[in-house]
Parts: sequence; C-alpha cells; structure tokens
Amino acid sequence: MRLLILILFINIYPASFANAKSETWERIVTKSQGQTVYWNAWGGDERINSYINWAGAEVKKNYGVSVKHVKLLDTSEAVSRVLAEKAAGRSSEGSIDLIWINGENFAAMKKNKLLFGPWTSDLPNYHLVDTIGKKTTTIDFTIPVEGLEAPWGMAQFVFMYDSKFISSPPMSIKKLLAWAKNNKGRFTYPQPPNFLGTTFLKQALIELIVDKKLLQREVDYKSFHKVTQPLWSYLDNLHPFLWRSGKIFPQNGPAQNRLLDDNEIDISLSFEPSEASSLISTGAIPNSVRTFVLSKGTVGNTSFLAIPFNAKSKEGAQVLVNFLMSPYAQARKQNPLYWGNGTVLDMNKLKLKERDYFTSLSLGVATLSPESLGNALLEPHPSWVNAIEKTWSKRYAIGK
Amino acid sequence: MNDKVKNYQSFLTTALRIIPLITLILFIGPVLAGLIGTILPAFGYLPALGGNGFSLDPIREMLLAPGIYNSIRLSFFTGLATTIISLALVILFCASWHGTWLFTKIQRFLSPLLSVPHVTIAFGLSFLLAPSGWFFRLTSPWATGFIRPPDIIITQDPFGITLITALVVKEVPFLFLMTLAAINQINYVQHLTVARSLGYGPIAAWLKTVFPKIYQQIRLPIFAVLAYAISVVDVAIVIAPTTPPPLAVQLLRWFNDPEILMRFIASAGAILQFMLVILAIGVWWTCEKIITYFGKKWVFTGGRFTCDKWLRLIVALCLLLVFIIAFFSLASMAVWSVSGDWRFPHTFPQTLSMQTWFNNANELYSATWNTLGIGFITCIISLVLTIGCLENEIRLGKKAQNNSLFLLYTPMLIPQVAFLFGTQIMLIMMNMDGSWLAIIWTHLIFVLPYVYISLADPYRSWDRRYADTAACLGSRPLRIIIRVKLPMLLRPIFISAAVGFAVSVGLYLPTLFAGAGRFDTLTTEAVSLAASGNRRTIGTYALLQMLLPFFAFVLATAIPSWLHRNRRGLLITN
Repeated sequence: MRLLILILFINIYPASFANAKSETWERIVTKSQGQTVYWNAWGGDERINSYINWAGAEVKKNYGVSVKHVKLLDTSEAVSRVLAEKAAGRSSEGSIDLIWINGENFAAMKKNKLLFGPWTSDLPNYHLVDTIGKKTTTIDFTIPVEGLEAPWGMAQFVFMYDSKFISSPPMSIKKLLAWAKNNKGRFTYPQPPNFLGTTFLKQALIELIVDKKLLQREVDYKSFHKVTQPLWSYLDNLHPFLWRSGKIFPQNGPAQNRLLDDNEIDISLSFEPSEASSLISTGAIPNSVRTFVLSKGTVGNTSFLAIPFNAKSKEGAQVLVNFLMSPYAQARKQNPLYWGNGTVLDMNKLKLKERDYFTSLSLGVATLSPESLGNALLEPHPSWVNAIEKTWSKRYAIGK
Repeated sequence: MNDKVKNYQSFLTTALRIIPLITLILFIGPVLAGLIGTILPAFGYLPALGGNGFSLDPIREMLLAPGIYNSIRLSFFTGLATTIISLALVILFCASWHGTWLFTKIQRFLSPLLSVPHVTIAFGLSFLLAPSGWFFRLTSPWATGFIRPPDIIITQDPFGITLITALVVKEVPFLFLMTLAAINQINYVQHLTVARSLGYGPIAAWLKTVFPKIYQQIRLPIFAVLAYAISVVDVAIVIAPTTPPPLAVQLLRWFNDPEILMRFIASAGAILQFMLVILAIGVWWTCEKIITYFGKKWVFTGGRFTCDKWLRLIVALCLLLVFIIAFFSLASMAVWSVSGDWRFPHTFPQTLSMQTWFNNANELYSATWNTLGIGFITCIISLVLTIGCLENEIRLGKKAQNNSLFLLYTPMLIPQVAFLFGTQIMLIMMNMDGSWLAIIWTHLIFVLPYVYISLADPYRSWDRRYADTAACLGSRPLRIIIRVKLPMLLRPIFISAAVGFAVSVGLYLPTLFAGAGRFDTLTTEAVSLAASGNRRTIGTYALLQMLLPFFAFVLATAIPSWLHRNRRGLLITN
C-alpha cells in the first residue's frame, strides 16, 4: 500500500513543476518500457548487492524495466570499457547503461566526454535532493557535477573498533600512530588505489598538511613532494607497526572487516557511519564493534549514478535512478538492516509520511548520532588522488 | 547408382575438408586479431585515443613503472618454480610407483581434482594457511598457545610461495594425466622389465628407459603449464602478494585505470608478458639440452640406484600432501558455505546456517545456469569440430598431426592478457561483445584444445576393421560414423566433453572480457567477491564450482556405461 501511494506520488509529482518537464519525464517513462539496464556497480559487498537486486525487482514490477547488476572489482573497469567502446567507434548501443561512480572516475569520464547529459533535473525525484545543505551532491571532489550524474548516497569516513580490546579509541591521526606503536600489528588500511585506503591517506593528509587550502585546487606536481612530506614521514613511521608490518594490505573494506572478524586487527575503516551496526546484525563482525570519528572531522562525499554517452537504455537508466532517489528506496538504503547508507534527500522537502520512513529507522547499536558524527570535511581535488596513489605505490608497493 | 555414391562421397569429403579450415579461422582468428590489437597500442598506435603515430614511449614508460622489475621477477620465479616442482613430482612419482597399487589408486583421484577450477583451490588454500585460518584454528590455542591469530606472513608472501603451492596442486593432476597418456603410447613394460632384470632400481629403470621416450610428448603440456603459471590472473588475485603484484595482475590494473593513456602502457606490458613466457620457454629449452647432455652420460654410466626406497617414500608422501591440501582446501569452502558465526580460534563453526545459500539463491541460480549453458554449448561445438577434424585427418591419411597439435596449443602458450584486450576491441567492432555468441566463441578458443587432445588418441586408435565390415554390409560412410564409430567411441567422447566443460567452468578473464561483465558465471562471481574475503559467500560459489564439473565427469562415465549395459565388449572392467 505504501508503495502504491508512493508510485502515485511519483507520477503526480511532476505536475507541480513546469509542464514541459513533466512531458519530458513521461516520454522517458514510456520509452523505458521493456528496456534492460546494465548497471555497472562495485560488487564486493553482499549487502549492497542484495539492495541492488531488490531495487531491480521493484523497478521491473512497477515500470517494466529490467535491471542487471554487472559486478565490478573496481569502478575503473567500467570507465575502461566505455573507453574501449569509444576506441572501437561505438557511439550508440553501448554495453553499460548506468555506473555507480564518483571522484576521479567521474572526473576522468567528464574530461573525456564519456558521459550522457545533463539529465538529472529531468527526474522528478531529483528535486527532493538536498543540494543546499549537502554541497557534495553538486560538487564531486571539487568537480562541478553539472547534471551529469545523479546523487545517490552520502558517505562519511569513519573508524570501526573492537571495544573489547580498545577502551578509548585514538581520535586523531597522530594519536592513531601512538596507538599503533603500542599495539603492533593491530591496524591496517586497504591498499590504495582502493578508495577506502586512498581516503585514509587523504584523511591523514588533511590533518598533516600545513596549508589545507592547497587540497581544494588542482595538484601542483612541482611542489607536491614538499607539501606532502608530512604524510610520507607519518606513513614511514606508521607502517612498521601495521598488520603484517605493512608488507601486505587488505584489498578493500570488506576484506579489512573480515580481519576484524578474524581477530587479526582491532580497527577497520568504513565510508558508511552505520556499517558497523549493519555488519553486526548479519554476524559479519563481533557485536563488540563500535564506531568513532576523528575529533577534527572526517572526509565525506556523495556517490553518484552516471549514464555513459553511448548507453543503450538511457531512459530505463533514468527511470531506475529516479526510483533510487525516491524516499522509499532511499529510506531502505539508510536502514542498517539492508545497507545503512545515508540519504541525499532533504527531509524538509518530503511529505510527513515520507519523513517517517527515515525517522522511524533505528540507528543501530554501533552507529554514532549525527551530532557526534560531526561535520564532513571536503574531499580534495581529484588530481590529488592520482598523485597520492602513484607516490604511495612507488614508496610502499614496489617490493624489496 | 555408382555416380550417386561418388557424388555423395565427394560431398562428405569436401564437407570434412572445410571443417579444419573453419576450426582454424574460429580458433586462431580471434587470437591473432587480439595480438594485433595489443601490439599496435604497445607502440603507441590507437587513433581513437589520439595515438596516431608509432613510438617506443609506451614501452619506455612501462619499464619505468614503480615496482615493475619486482613484478616481472615474481611472475617469472613463480611460473618456473611451479612447473619444475609439478613436473618433478609427477615424473618422480611415476618413476617410483608405476605399475603398483598406489599408482592405480592415485589415478582415480586425478579427474576429480583436474575438474576443480584453479581459483577454487586458491580460495581454500588461502583460508587453510592464513594465520587466522583452519590450520591455526585446528592447533590453537592448545598446541600453539595463540589466543589471537599471530601476526605473521603466510598467504600472499612476497616470494609467492603460497601462489606456487596453489598452482602446483592444480598442475600436478594435469601433467600426471598427460604423462599417463604418453606412457600408454610406448611399450613401457618391456623397457622396465629389461631394465629391472639388469638390476636397476625402480626409479633409475624408469628414468633411464621410459622417461626419455615420453618427454617429447609431454613437452607441449609442460610449456602450457609454464605459460599459464607465469601469466595467471584469477589465482593471483586471490593468493599472490600485492606489493607489488605479479605482472599479469599489474597489467589488469593498468588496463582498468581510469587514466586513459594507461592503455598504451598496459598494452606494452602485455607484450612484455608475452616475451616473458617466450623467455621462460627458452630457458626451459636450454636447461633441457643441458640435462639431456648430462642425462645421457648418467644413463651410460650404468648406475643402478637400487637403494631408492627412501626417495620413493618421500615422493609418495609429497604427492599425498598435494591431495591432502586439495581435499582440505575444498572441504573448508564447503564448511564455510553452511557456517554461521565461526571466529578464531574455534576449530569448527560455532553455529551452522543455510542463510548464505538462501540469501544468495538468486545470484547462485543465475550464475549456475550461465555456467552450465556456456559450458554445454561450447562443448557441443568443440566436439563437432574436433570429430570433424579427426575424421578428415583419418580420411586423408594425413600425417600432419604434430603441426595441428602445435596450433592447438597456441592459446595455451600465449598469455591470456596478451590477446584478450585486443580480442575485446575486435568483438566490440563487430558489435558482438556481451552476446552469447561472443562468450561461446571465446570459450571455444580455450575449450577446443582440451577436447581435441583428450579425444584424439582414442579416436585415432579406433579399429578400422569395424568400418570395413559395416561397409561390406552396405553402409555408407556417414552411416558408419553415426551408427558404428561414434557409439563405440561414446565413452571417450563423453569424457572429453567433461574435460572441456571443466575448462569452461574455470575460465575467468575470457568470460569477463567477451561477456562485457554481463554473464555472471560461478567463476566471475567468486573472483569478484574474492577480494572481499567473505568466505561464506565464496564458499557457496566454490562448492558449486567444484560440483558442476564433478557431476559432468560422473555423467560422462555413467551415461556410456548405462547405454552400453548390454554391450560387454564396450564396458570398461576396472
């Protein structure tokens, strides 16, 4: 019943906007009938996979659009494929219809004109997005989104720790080093270029760099080594005290969570404040795990959905995205029982009933309240990612 | 009437003559196109990305990449070590135990192990050996004193020793079967009898009389193992070190880099990977010559080596260890798939649950169907082409077997990464990528050789006099093939199909590239979850990964036996 109301709502909603908009949307919905959307999204987390599966089934039921989740090891695979298609001269009938994306992958695709759009403002539910309060929904790692990708979820960098072994967690990058020195082998981070590992480096850099403003501009390679020196000497100090003495790194977040579950480490990282609660409820980590953030704040960003320039089912993709941005789908996503990823919507733009979807959600045992989560820090310009990852590899991943 | 028969016969001959040509085009075409599609960008030529001229820049930059020399060394070392260890184990075991009860017993375990995909073993092994893995859970804390897992490097060790172990476990059965096939082609009983009666110990007798005769025949399989081990991707993703990774994994990262110009460097790396395989084969070949030189001297010195009891025992134990590792690896995956909470240092799951199976039911279902469908169709096509080629070969009395064999090994000798990227571009240009056709075509490249190799010998050694008898009774050639020859060869045909199916189930990169990531097979799903280390889910995929080929083998032996239940001469009494 709830769903029915929601569908009605979605269909009626555009009327409150310009009629032209509504016609565009209706045309999209009509055209999407029977299309199959190949949605390329990182497939390394079971909970996310089931959520995608659920969304696909809903869209199939309500709009007649089929959704196939193409599971990626890394989002860059999708960028690479679109590129291969461009190289082969295929400007329509592409094999990817939708990509879960942000940051440097978005920057690369935007720069090389591999994206369709702007299209997001055609979607009725886009107008529910909190573009004022959540600035990262319009600026992706300092790159203006310009309607080329639709905001899908809010992420903030948090630390998960096992409270059975840690009573007061280290709440700054420097305290973390001191803690690691006293607890050899009990901390690590995913190997960059995994986004979570890279984020840890960015987080450390934000706290350690002298002039933080530099990070919001494109990286200057001439001064790069000088300004990032504090980061590298920090890591040089930290690595001998990491899990496996920093000679091996877990390959991504879930892998590191498994180490937490295996009791090999005491601290893990996440981009979802409620991930700990969510994992506890599925039994994937011990129920003594809790969350903490650094006292000076942690990096936050938004993840998006983008359509490649040569996508075959552009309309189907838009219908799917509109559904994914609906209060109903967003509330389920925020529910730690299913996923626990923060919504991009503005609660003030929602109707009372829709707001209830969110307010009725329980935070979960290990989730921090929004107040203790604090303000999200801005992501550095995407060019820093590449520079940091390259230097990191050169310093720590070339073997002896 | 006579004309009609003649016309008919020439039609059949022509049809059969075309089949090898079709096979060759289907088979070598994509490989060649793929190689070209890799070589051109390696020298800077890829107009769509702005590479309009030729230059050596990509190669130069590739050689400047951080850690590249360690990646190369790692790949080369692990590849050579895998091949040497596997071959030494197989040869020494054959030499020690050929003709004994143990030898017969071990043979029974070969096919099931051969049918398990490489990556499944890697999954199991990485849990078995990890500091928080099964071995330590079995021995902690009562024997080791560990309440928490020790912080030591075992899996993903920088020398790739666990990688080598995983590969050896899989390559031993392959080389073993190839050696068995070769042994059966020579008159080994006489050789051994003479040598033993002259007082040689079992190992010396075998090494001095049988080994030199069969080496020629197992050389191509050895090279295939070498090439595979040097350029393996899926196993390496699971169990190889990452700082730096082996070359093939590094290549995959480059190809997938969002920085578009990395494609050129990746292509250059793919060429390097190819050169590395050629170099390794060259090194092997040189060592072969040296060993032959000293081996001859050794044979002529006439040493009897009668006291080889200890060596024989050690070899048997090593081989046993291979099977034990395989067994526990696979068992651990099965246990994980039904486990609830299972934390260190508990030896067994604290709770059992079918939840993982239920949660992943949809995905498992579609992956299983895709795997079955792709494998089945590929096998049928491979069988038709193989039988056509073999029939043509016999009809023309061709002696070109060795040439064709070398061609068949081509896709096994060229690293997959070196041509699959180019093949992908070719498929996209033909607007075929992500289609069933593309994926089956790509699988065919890898499945066909195995089907051919396993069917060729039984097919060639079929007694022609049955055909002559049938012809005398008035049957036409096609009828003879369908009514007499194929039914009699049903068993080897089914077995070779099962071999082909097992190969298809285990293919990772080909499925990924030709399928545009759209065909989730058990192997692609499992590898995409590999990095996440969710052992429960991986366990479900791994279990199905081993069960499907296993059932294929069971069916391949059961169906012919059932069909031949009233044909005593066709039943194998074993």
